[in-house]
Formats: sequence, C-alpha cells, structure tokens
Amino acid sequence: MLEIKGLKVKLEEEDKQILKGVDLTVETGKVHAIMGPNGSGKSTLSYVLSGRDGYEVTGGTATMDGVDLLALEPEERAAAGLFLAFQYPVEIPGVGNMTFLRTAVNAQRKARGEAELSAGDFLKVVRERAKALKIDADMLKRPVNVGFSGGEKKRNEILQMAMLEPRMCILDETDSGLDVDAMKLVADGVNALRAEGRSFLVITHYQRLLDHITPDVVHIMADGRIIRTGGPDLALEVEKNGYADILAETA
Amino acid sequence: MALAKRTTDPALAALELPQGGAWASEARQAARARLAEMGLPGRRDEYWRYTDPTTLISTDPTPAKVGEADDIFAGTNALRLVFVDGVFDADASDGLDESGVEILQLADVTAKDIHWVKEFYGVLEAAGQVPVARPLAALNTATATQGAVIRATGKVSRPVHLIYLRRDETAEAVMHHVVRIEPGADLTLLESGAGAARLSTVMEVDVAEGAAFHHVRLQGRDHERRAATHCFARVAADARFKSFTLTLNGAMTRNETVLTLKGDGGVAHVAGAVVGDGDDFHQDDTVFVTHDAVGCESRQVFKKVLRNGATGVFQGKILVKPGAQKTDGYQISQSLLLDDDSRFLAKPELEIYADDVACSHGSTSGAIDDTALFYLRSRGVPERTATMLLTLAFLAESLAEIDDPALAEELRDRLEGWLARHH
Ligand SMILES: Nc1ncnc2c1ncn2[C@@H]1O[C@H](COP(=O)(O)OP(=O)(O)OP(=O)(O)O)[C@@H](O)[C@H]1O
Ligand SMILES: [Mg+2]
Repeated sequence: MLEIKGLKVKLEEEDKQILKGVDLTVETGKVHAIMGPNGSGKSTLSYVLSGRDGYEVTGGTATMDGVDLLALEPEERAAAGLFLAFQYPVEIPGVGNMTFLRTAVNAQRKARGEAELSAGDFLKVVRERAKALKIDADMLKRPVNVGFSGGEKKRNEILQMAMLEPRMCILDETDSGLDVDAMKLVADGVNALRAEGRSFLVITHYQRLLDHITPDVVHIMADGRIIRTGGPDLALEVEKNGYADILAETA
Repeated sequence: MALAKRTTDPALAALELPQGGAWASEARQAARARLAEMGLPGRRDEYWRYTDPTTLISTDPTPAKVGEADDIFAGTNALRLVFVDGVFDADASDGLDESGVEILQLADVTAKDIHWVKEFYGVLEAAGQVPVARPLAALNTATATQGAVIRATGKVSRPVHLIYLRRDETAEAVMHHVVRIEPGADLTLLESGAGAARLSTVMEVDVAEGAAFHHVRLQGRDHERRAATHCFARVAADARFKSFTLTLNGAMTRNETVLTLKGDGGVAHVAGAVVGDGDDFHQDDTVFVTHDAVGCESRQVFKKVLRNGATGVFQGKILVKPGAQKTDGYQISQSLLLDDDSRFLAKPELEIYADDVACSHGSTSGAIDDTALFYLRSRGVPERTATMLLTLAFLAESLAEIDDPALAEELRDRLEGWLARHH
C-alpha cells in the first residue's frame, strides 16, 4: 500500500534536515505503529506524506499503490485514499462542521468520478457514525473544532475518517488527550474500519492505544530514521524500558 | 470643526437649485448654505485622506459602461420601486398600495403640504454635519428632485425594494429618500442596482419608539460606476435599526452611515461585506455612531476581501455622549487580503464621555490561514473550494447581521457566485 524509501526532508525556510532517510513499507490490510522520542520526525513524516507546505524533499520516494504521492496536491492525495488524523486538529471559525464534512466527502467522490451524496443520504450516514463516536448534533453544527475539547477534536478526526473511508489512514497521536472511555471509542472506531483493503499507520507514545488496536508491526523512529522494526512486543519493550537501550544499540 | 474655518464658497452659494415647492425651496436653500460653508471635500479633509473625492465632485461624471440589470431579491415578494438613471419609473414599478405603509415620490410631494415630510426633509442630514462635515450629503439635499418618501404605520409584511437601473453611460443620479417608521411599526427596505454612472443617495430614516427598520442593500454589477451614499438615522427608545450592505463591484463607492441613538434602549447595527477585485476598485465605509441615551446597543461589523490591488477603507467612530450610561458599543473592521497588492486602510475611533459603558473595537488585516487551508485540502477539498469556504467564513460575521434568513441566503449565494468567477 504505502512504500517509503530513503525519504529525506528538510525545512524549506531553514537549513534543517528533519527526515534523514526513512524506509517504511505498510502492506495492504495491515496496522503499523510508529513510536519514538519527541522531535524525532514522526509528525513531519505524516505532514510530508499528506502534502503540507514548508518542507523540501531532498531525497527518496513515497508511493501509494505505486503512485508517486509527492507529485500530487494534498487534495489529490486525499482523493487517492490517504488520510491524516492530525496531532493538533485545526479550528476553522465560520465553517460549519457539517458543511465541512459534506464538502469533503462530495469533493472526494467527485474527484473519483462517483456521484455526490444527496443531503438526506449524507445526513443519515453522518448521524449514525457520529453517534457511534458519541459526537452530538450540537458538535456537528458548530464551526469545525472551534471550542471543542482536546478529546472532542480527536473524536472529530475519527468521524472524518469514518466519513471519508480512506484506504491509508495515518493517525498522529490520536490517543493523546483522550480519557479512558474516549480512547475506547476511538479504538472501536478504528477497529470498525479495519478491513482487507485498508491500512493504518498509528503514531503513538503509549502502549495504551495499542492494547486496543493491536498492530501487526511496530517501528521505532529516532532522529529522522526508522531505527528498529519489530512485532507488537517492541511496543511493550519501549513501555517498560524507554528508548535508551534501543538508541544505544543503534548509536 | 471643518465647518467653522472655511469661508463661504461663492460658486457653491450660487449653485442653481431645482424649481418647485415652497417648503422644498427653503430646505434646499438651507442645504446649499450648509454646503457653501463646508466647501466640497478635498484630500486634506480628515475623513477624505484615504479616498480621493475627485471623481465624485467633478463637473461631469466619468462615463461608465452599462452592465446587465441585476435580478437580486427577484424571488422576494417585495414592493418594487424602479428608478432608471435616478428617475422614478411608475410603469416599471408595482402599485404602491400596501397596508401599513404609505409610499410617495419626492417629486410629487415637494409641492404638497405633507406635515411630516416638510418638517423632516434635510433635518437628519443637517444634524449629521456635526462634528464631521458631509458636504456631498448637503449637495444631495440641495439638488435632489427624486426619491422615495416612505411612512410605515404598522408591521409591513412585504419589503419595499428600491431598484436602481441604468440606461445612459453618462447619467448622474441624485436621489433623496425619507423614511419614517411610526411607533411600533416595522419595515424592511431593500436597495439594489448600480443606479447611474455616478450615483448620489441620501436616506434619512427616523425610527420612532419601539419601531424596527431593516435595510439590506446590494451594490454590485457595473465595474465603472461611482457612488456616494449617505444614511442618516435617528433611533428612538426601544427602537431597532439594522443595515447591511454587500458591495461587489464599482470603481468608487463611499458609503457613509450616521446613526444617533436618541432614546433609551435603542439598538443600531450597521454591517458591510465587501469583495473587491482589481486596482480600479475603491470602496470606503465611513460610519459615525452617537450614543445619546441610556442602555443602547450599537454594532459595526465590516469585512472586506480584497485582491489584485483593490482598496478598502473603513473609518468608524463610536461617540458616547455624557449621560449615555450602560452603552454597549462594538466595532470590528477586518480585511482579508488575497495578495500583496491590495490595501486596507482603517481608522477606528472611540470617544467616550460616560463612565459606565462597555465599548470594544478591533481592526485586523490578514491573509488566508495556511493551516486551515491545508487542513481542508488534506480532506480532499480542492484549493479553490477551500479558499472560497474560508473567504465566506471570514465574511460570515457581517452576513449574520441580516435578520431575514432568506435574504441572507440569497446574498450568500451571490457572494459564492462572485468568488467562483473571480478566482
Ligand atoms: N516548521 C518547523 N519549523 C521549525 N522546526 C520544525 C518545523 N517542523 C518540524 N520541526 C522540527 O523538526 C523536528 C521533528 O518534529 P516533529 O513534529 O516531526 O516531531 P515528532 O516526532 O512528531 O515529535 P512529538 O512526539 O513531540 O510529536 C523537531 O525538532 C521540530 O522542532
Ligand atoms: Mg508529533
């Protein structure tokens, strides 16, 4: 599904290399987790994959089902099935959450040559999926993320994912800021979407989330590289011992 | 202030006035005397620093291509009054019998002894000349022969719609409307159309106790037209005044609004949304709100989207007079500059002579929020659509000032169409 080879990225405005050669392959239908110390480049990787401005790719490739992601506009990547749940979801005053969701869903359908959903059909689906995430009607009416609590914002990201039905989902610390019950809701939301053709890349600092969403593969990222790859046990090891041992090994 | 220091301008003092009507002649002569004392506006005048009045006061108007007529509010069941190049066209207009409202033409009443009109014509304009001179309004009062005379005596169910059509590329239109909303009455007034190559309108609005006046205006279409508009309103106790203007095109637009809250518990809101494209677009909102009673609320909400070298101006003042306690005054003026060539010039002012008041004002200028734009695009919304959503979001606070949801929706659609074309 997602294939990243030797990806090197620096900041556009500054002479600062952040990704120093990332190699990572996520197979179709699999759940991969990335862990790693603060500032190691996890969010940067997710932004570069989804097409945010401000970064310059200085080497390597990133493809999704063979398509060069880096050559596409952000909206084209989304239409191709890529989704990023932001570490810090963005507030957009003046744009209603519902309008936002419907515009996004229909824009993607249009880009793929599918018919737009009618207002009625859309409403039905949104209500049902929002309910599963305990997102009430009021939150749907309010401007996107404005005045939402930290946990509400994260649930709203998962609602967007549920509505857009992407094939490659990147979750950047979706678990941070969630209470125990909300974590369960979010995990259930993710698990409900786990399917044959859908892959996940879950960025997290804690084993907690991985208790609910069992990963197939765990990667450790440090200083702009994937320094270790293993099974679910690797996350448990990090939880227990921190990164010191792993960092020492690769140093 | 500007009033006292000038000497009378002999050319203006000799300005030829229209014929007819004893009371009208008196009012026109008085207006001419005010004008002669003030002189025409110049760049050195404090409130004309950002807007060059030259094309508004030249002897002949600059010719302006006549565009297609606008059909805005066509779906609204309004009473239509059509003016072509500033002259009332009875055949094109609806019959003016409507319960709860009397509608006459200025041209017909100047010879008649209609008490309230003759006592009222030019009065709010004259009062609005202090402390800031508005010579173009005095010129209008002195020379206008056309305009609607409207008196609402009850809740008027149909809006009254003033439609300004154009025919002649060089026409100048001078219209002076007088509106009185009797105690407890309620009227919605719509205005649309380019009007003339050069348009001058003055509207004097007297909102009596417990009455409500809603004004929704679209200034659109013809790119080359020029306009100077003035609205003078007096708001009595527990009365409500609300005005919203959407400006889309035009080479030059100066909209002045002068509001006085005269009775306790009055409410006055004035709002504007502006989208300007091109370096031949210049739009100016100049607002003066006076709180002269207790417990009144005023809001000024102006939002301007400017691109390709367009210029937007906002000059807004809240004056709280001694004794106007419990005043709630709010003023916001913001611009969204879609490129580096466009300009927003703002002069927000507060002058407060009472101690128990809550007044706030703010003015900002900025570009599209990159983070929000990326967030939308990352969800598959194309850049163009995302920019449009964010632009509409920026304008939303001013559109929210329109009470009638159907009118608000229609103007929103118009805006969307404009934004889609001007990308
Ligand atoms: N726009 C930017 N300007 C300056 N520095 C940046 C920018 N973007 C990223 N960085 C730097 O790049 C490094 C990687 O940041 P990134 O956000 O990718 O880390 P992360 O692994 O997601 O960390 P965390 O676990 O704290 O979320 C950090 O040192 C960060 O300060
Ligand atoms: Mg991060």
